[in-house]
Amino acid sequence: MFRDIIIGRYIPGASALHRIDPTVKIVFTILYVAALFMIDNPVSYLIFTAYTAALVIMSNVPIRVILKGIRPMLWIFIFTAVLNVFMTPGEALWSLPIFSFTLKITKEGAAAGAEITIRLLYLLIGTSLLTLTTSPLQLTDGLEKLLSPLGKIKVPSQEIAMMMTIAIRFIPTLAEETDKIMKAQTARGADFETGNIIKRAKAMVPLLVPLFVSAFRRADDLATAMEARCYTGGTKRTRMKESRFTRLDAAACVIFTVACVLLFAAEYLIQI
Amino acid sequence: MIETQNLSFAYRADDGARENVLKEVNLKIEKGSFVAVLGRNGSGKSTLAKHFNAILLPSGGKVYVNGMDTADADNTFRIRRAAGMVFQNPDNQMVAAAVEDEVAFAPENLGVEPKEIRRRVDECLKAVGMTEYAAAEPSKLSGGQKQRVAIAAVLAMNSEILVLDEPTAMLDPKGRREVIETLKRLNREKGITVALITHFMDEAAEAERVIVMDEGKVVLDGAPKNVFRETEKLKSLGLDAPQITLLASELAKRGVEIDKRVITVEECLAELLKKAGERGL
Repeated sequence: MFRDIIIGRYIPGASALHRIDPTVKIVFTILYVAALFMIDNPVSYLIFTAYTAALVIMSNVPIRVILKGIRPMLWIFIFTAVLNVFMTPGEALWSLPIFSFTLKITKEGAAAGAEITIRLLYLLIGTSLLTLTTSPLQLTDGLEKLLSPLGKIKVPSQEIAMMMTIAIRFIPTLAEETDKIMKAQTARGADFETGNIIKRAKAMVPLLVPLFVSAFRRADDLATAMEARCYTGGTKRTRMKESRFTRLDAAACVIFTVACVLLFAAEYLIQI
Repeated sequence: MIETQNLSFAYRADDGARENVLKEVNLKIEKGSFVAVLGRNGSGKSTLAKHFNAILLPSGGKVYVNGMDTADADNTFRIRRAAGMVFQNPDNQMVAAAVEDEVAFAPENLGVEPKEIRRRVDECLKAVGMTEYAAAEPSKLSGGQKQRVAIAAVLAMNSEILVLDEPTAMLDPKGRREVIETLKRLNREKGITVALITHFMDEAAEAERVIVMDEGKVVLDGAPKNVFRETEKLKSLGLDAPQITLLASELAKRGVEIDKRVITVEECLAELLKKAGERGL
């Protein structure tokens, strides 16, 4: 049951978006989110929609997968939209007095509700495009590179990246082990499936204790194996896979800059 | 080449008493040889292996790897590069989430140039026959394949010596076969010195030399043919002779005398066919 865990729902592929350097992708995703929360003009929203649609098409990820990712967030969308629609003061479009309280929808509220829904939707699409087109390992590499300037102020960026890689590497191993321990405990009469939350939480103890013990033993073995292969921490390490700034990355930068310039122009030059 | 001189090693037990695991071990493992170290649990064979690449340091005596004293901290990394170590549990020694990154790990640690790392990774994966799995996730491989990757990961340091601490203990028979065949080929074709710690007699039978350990001492040392002839002594050490030797002694009881020094399946078959020929079967 634990063997099929997928982190970040990475969909392997060879699209342009898949091949862009992970560092570039992470930086652009951060800027994408920042831009999303700065725009405030219908024309900007149109440009942003076109840009997002272009990214989705470029990624070659089936629309179905993206919609599936949105579904669990649906309630949050509805909740924030409703809050905004009813709680924003302003010119009333519709009102319903309930006892001493008046429930009303304002013009400003409707606009704010629509805006926040669109922002959340694009936020979700933009960030999941990153995880859908970048494997966890590439993400780690990208983060390592982004953090590397912090090495100057003694942030151990290489060690952090190494820890993340090892964590990713051990997910399937530990998942398999959890499965095995669970079966062993079930065979001895443990019950993981019935009872209330407290009872079920208690039932996890005989699962977690052996899992932790074995994880520590594995960590000890791994440390010895790493030392035996001359690991001494990050400082002198080189990497086999050098990332080079490719033409594709340059093209991505150009497209992103064009989108930003258009957004900027729409925000400040078009008055509606 | 590995040489031990009066090597002793003691763990400090919880009550402060010292427990001697290795007692005055004197060994010389020649360059390019294939040596199997046998012994039951607690005989000190794994402890001995950990001295070969400075994971453990002697409490008494000396260990020299290619002439370098393991007790000298300046030599530690040169020794670990020269004598690579493969461990028992294939899952617990893998660092990376892809096979080629695993093999690249050691040269990356040594600060080797990226192009050279790529060359070594390709060469070492080829040497263990795992080239087609370069991009695979280690967790998707079989036990035998994982251990072959672990061997490649050590070879990528340009090691001349491979020390393997019960590398096949957790594998199925097919995986064991794969690992032993790989080791024999590396030894034959690339002249890699192999020190194989094992408790499987049939694996030891394929080495050039067998060292039998018990209670921290070397009790038997020689060519497999000579060591396995000592069936009684082996039995007293809690070890069984290889199946072929046992078959030979069973056959002898039934009146078919074959050479007691025969230990591999091929030799045994040839010997039996010869006997059959003599009897006109």
